[in-house]
Amino acid sequence: MAHLDIPKTYKLFIGGQFPRTESGRSFSLENAEGGTIANLCQASRKDFRNSVAVARKAQAGWADRAAFNRSQILYRLAEMLDGRRAQLVEELNFQGISSVDAEKEVCASVDRLVYYAGWCDKYQQVSGTVNPVASSHFNFSVPEPMGVVGILAPDEFGLLGLVSLFAPVIVGGNTCVILASESKPMCSITFAEVAATSDVPAGVINILTGFREELVPHFATHMDVNSIVYAGDNDPDVKILQEGSALNLKRVRIHRGVDWISSSSQGPQFILECQETKTTWHPVEVIKPKTGGY
Amino acid sequence: MEHKLNYNDLWAYAPAPEDSGHVNIRDRYGLFLNGRFQDADSGKTFETHNPATEVRLSEVAFAGETDVDAAVKAARNAFDKSWNPMPPADRGKYLFRIARMIQERSREFAVAETLDGGKPIKESRDIDIPLAAAHFFYYAGWADKLEHAFPTRAVTPMGVAGQIIPWNFPLLMAAWKIAPALACGNTVVLKPAEATPLTALKLAEVIQDAGLPDGVVNILTGDGSTGAALVNHPGIDKVAFTGSTAVGKLIQNSIAGSHKKATLELGGKAANIILDDAPLNQAVEGIINGIFFNQGHVCCAGSRLLVQEGVADEVIAKLKDRLETLRVGDPMDKNTDIGAINSREQLNTIEGYLKLGQEEGAQIHQPECSLPEKGYWCRPTLFLNATQSHRIVQEEIFGPVLAIQTFRSVDEAIEMANNTPYGLSAGIWTDKGSRIFNLTRRLRAGVVWANTYNQFDPTSPFGGYKESGFGREGGLHGLEPYVNFD
Amino acid sequence: MPLLLLLQALEIMMITAMADFKPIPVDQVGVEERAAKFRTRSIKKEAKMQALRMALNLIDLTTLEGRDTEGKVRQMCYKAAHLHDEFPGLPTVAAVCVYPSMVPVARREVEGTEIRVASVATAFPSGQSDLKLKLDETRIAVENGADEVDMVISRGAFLRGELDYVHDEIAAVKGACQGRALKVILETGELCTLDNVRLASDLGIRAGADFIKTSTGKISPAATMPVTLVMLEAIKDHYLKTGRKIGMKPAGGISNAKTAIQYLVMLHETLGSDWLDNSLFRFGASSLANNILMQILKQDTGNYQSPDYFSIG
Repeated sequence: MAHLDIPKTYKLFIGGQFPRTESGRSFSLENAEGGTIANLCQASRKDFRNSVAVARKAQAGWADRAAFNRSQILYRLAEMLDGRRAQLVEELNFQGISSVDAEKEVCASVDRLVYYAGWCDKYQQVSGTVNPVASSHFNFSVPEPMGVVGILAPDEFGLLGLVSLFAPVIVGGNTCVILASESKPMCSITFAEVAATSDVPAGVINILTGFREELVPHFATHMDVNSIVYAGDNDPDVKILQEGSALNLKRVRIHRGVDWISSSSQGPQFILECQETKTTWHPVEVIKPKTGGY
Repeated sequence: MEHKLNYNDLWAYAPAPEDSGHVNIRDRYGLFLNGRFQDADSGKTFETHNPATEVRLSEVAFAGETDVDAAVKAARNAFDKSWNPMPPADRGKYLFRIARMIQERSREFAVAETLDGGKPIKESRDIDIPLAAAHFFYYAGWADKLEHAFPTRAVTPMGVAGQIIPWNFPLLMAAWKIAPALACGNTVVLKPAEATPLTALKLAEVIQDAGLPDGVVNILTGDGSTGAALVNHPGIDKVAFTGSTAVGKLIQNSIAGSHKKATLELGGKAANIILDDAPLNQAVEGIINGIFFNQGHVCCAGSRLLVQEGVADEVIAKLKDRLETLRVGDPMDKNTDIGAINSREQLNTIEGYLKLGQEEGAQIHQPECSLPEKGYWCRPTLFLNATQSHRIVQEEIFGPVLAIQTFRSVDEAIEMANNTPYGLSAGIWTDKGSRIFNLTRRLRAGVVWANTYNQFDPTSPFGGYKESGFGREGGLHGLEPYVNFD
Repeated sequence: MPLLLLLQALEIMMITAMADFKPIPVDQVGVEERAAKFRTRSIKKEAKMQALRMALNLIDLTTLEGRDTEGKVRQMCYKAAHLHDEFPGLPTVAAVCVYPSMVPVARREVEGTEIRVASVATAFPSGQSDLKLKLDETRIAVENGADEVDMVISRGAFLRGELDYVHDEIAAVKGACQGRALKVILETGELCTLDNVRLASDLGIRAGADFIKTSTGKISPAATMPVTLVMLEAIKDHYLKTGRKIGMKPAGGISNAKTAIQYLVMLHETLGSDWLDNSLFRFGASSLANNILMQILKQDTGNYQSPDYFSIG
């Protein structure tokens, strides 16, 4: 008996929920032959605004979790992503990626999550310093999350690009709003379903699908976004992001020409680019040892 | 507390002026360009004055676009021909030389700094100049050790750095900018503030005497237009700016889409938080040092006092008492605690806020100290009963003006402290160690001082969150803004 | 009569129970920084001359040695009143400070001057004795003519946390002073921390001290500027709350004019000009006076001086 297909609705992922875009718009994803693969939500600036609001709300709680806990949550995410390999490979296939490359990308995505899961309780030790100041103070500098990070995922590598950018961001206690690949957005929403059923708290990862041209200016100018991570090589977009970011001095990171498959496209620098450095001065009582007192 | 201590002049300190006789300030300074002092291409100059006396100190060249272009080319040439190819250890040795020569000429630098900027000589002498020398000394040692700073990554210098510094710590900011840039192998074009060009020019003399290759450091005096020409010059690879948040935003905007990277050290409106278990007498000193150090012309000044209600009356009474012993006046007097406001413009700004604060309903309190007739002066000022919505609480005043608010709980204090677009620094006073770390963790600021305030050290990274800018200066972290990672 | 006094003293204790006593925290690093800033003050010309003369008049000229004799004390007392007769118009020191056995000699020798006689008591310098003996010693010193009594607190008891005991002992000695001024020596060199210095200061003030004093001079370190600052802060806080002025006496280690002026700067800027008076401030010192005299002569003549020209006390 033939089974009638159920075309899936790819919705947005905001605050742990899967709402449709408030704008009620969608766009079709076509395969090379021009057939529709899927319909996706065309996120609006209000969807973006809503995402930033939930990301902000989730941020302090996420950052306050023990690093070990964040580490376990990311590892759990990797486990669950691994369980969806077949589906993700299939989706990449639909979007024109060969089976071999699709398999590679999905494996690399899982591995990247595992890689970053292990960093949660280590990057602080790599980048933190104890500073030997001349005065009687214990002085140390530690990385701290920037807050809410806007991520513009690369157009290539619809899954791996997204994972490579958001994982280091949330490892560091930030929350994020991601605009998925415009040409290969399917896996981003499937990934969202993984995230939604994992232990990642609602609001930590938010994923929008839609058009760069429409949304980049809003990423750039939103006053409650602390940082922008952009991967791609669209010069006008970069300029819009950098100009708009001057409004509230967002930290803008641009990644050009990165081969995301390569294992050199990961590292603590991706975590640290979304970290502030906080320096603390703490007095050190000095009782002269010889005399033992005053 | 109805009892008041008696600070009359039964024992008046005699004037103790620092001797300025040995200090050579030339009548005229050129631009320091490609190793030589030379006139601006346009021949234009401007005067620099002593804000304490309004007397002209010197006349300096005004750099225009052609001078900026020449300086950037000289820096590029020096980068390609001498500085970048030089063995890193030798670059370090030049920086050590500069550090030593600043120490040797420390008194001259201190006097020039105080004459040009109005800050008390004891601060120039004990803080600005020693820290500037220490900064060069610290980064000198990094020059041949960069592979240990970034152990897994190959780094290269960026190229030519365009650097713009403010008038509040003229020599110290020049050191903060130049030392790490040179240590990482870059060459620089530095523009000192229009109001305070002298010590940067004296530093140029040191750099000349130290024998640095021509063009490695270029110092161009001028105004905002000079700075804009530098930022917009296509030949620079890096912009390092310390100054106002408004200008910082303009810079970020104007370099958008270019290859230039930036670090920005901008404004602040720091909260200094006093909990009810704090060592109050030391806290009062920390409050005083936090807001009145350098006349409050400090981006990280503790300009908002948040004091827990149970000790608010006592702290305010102690502050008022302490204000009576602050000595305001001649910056060249070794006993002066609060010197001159840096410029007429800045004084106007501060006075505007003094008026505004009263209109907003805060109560002003100033000691009745006498002020000199000539020059720009502002009494140390407390605003009592300030509220979070007052503009004197929200906006950076950059003067000796403290807005005082009270709070009930630690959580409330943190919320108030973080309720600002700025995030440069904060202070926290409590006797309880675990509470200190609760607050230092939750305050959104780049530098948090616990039971102290306004401490600086070359090994200690300094810089802001949010609209206080980005990038760090000082310490290992201060190298990163001056290298490219391959 | 002595027993009655003791009972009166005990009664005072009951009233001033320690129940509401709250230790005031002190940040040692902050205190050191503040003290260092006082040292950078530049006191020149007439301000320096004024300070030097003030300092002379604030000295408790001291000899507290096992080998003290009547002859030694007599010499010191004469010096106290005649600091440098070649230079007229100098003040005398504030007081001479001796052991109880030397009080009669000192009393006799300073007769006719404004110089007061201070006697140490209470098993100085260790304080390791019985309360009854301490009270007897105090009374003997007073009966022999002491104007002021410099007692030591029981540091052992203090460090054991027996604050009530320390408080009550001070209060009892205060009673035995019969109205004479009581200086309470904290022996800060044995108190380990500045928090303890502050606690002991508050305790001494509460128990009835007229002055609080840093040191016996027998323990190193003796007076330091940070320690003195903490004690001045205790005095300040007490004054601001109650309006009662307590005196301060740093003792030991202040042997030159420069240091003395730095202390005066600290005093002046912490407690104001009312304290620039020997009713509220003393230097406990043995060799300070001559160093100040040399400075006064240097200021006056412009020539650096030699100790050979200044009589020892």
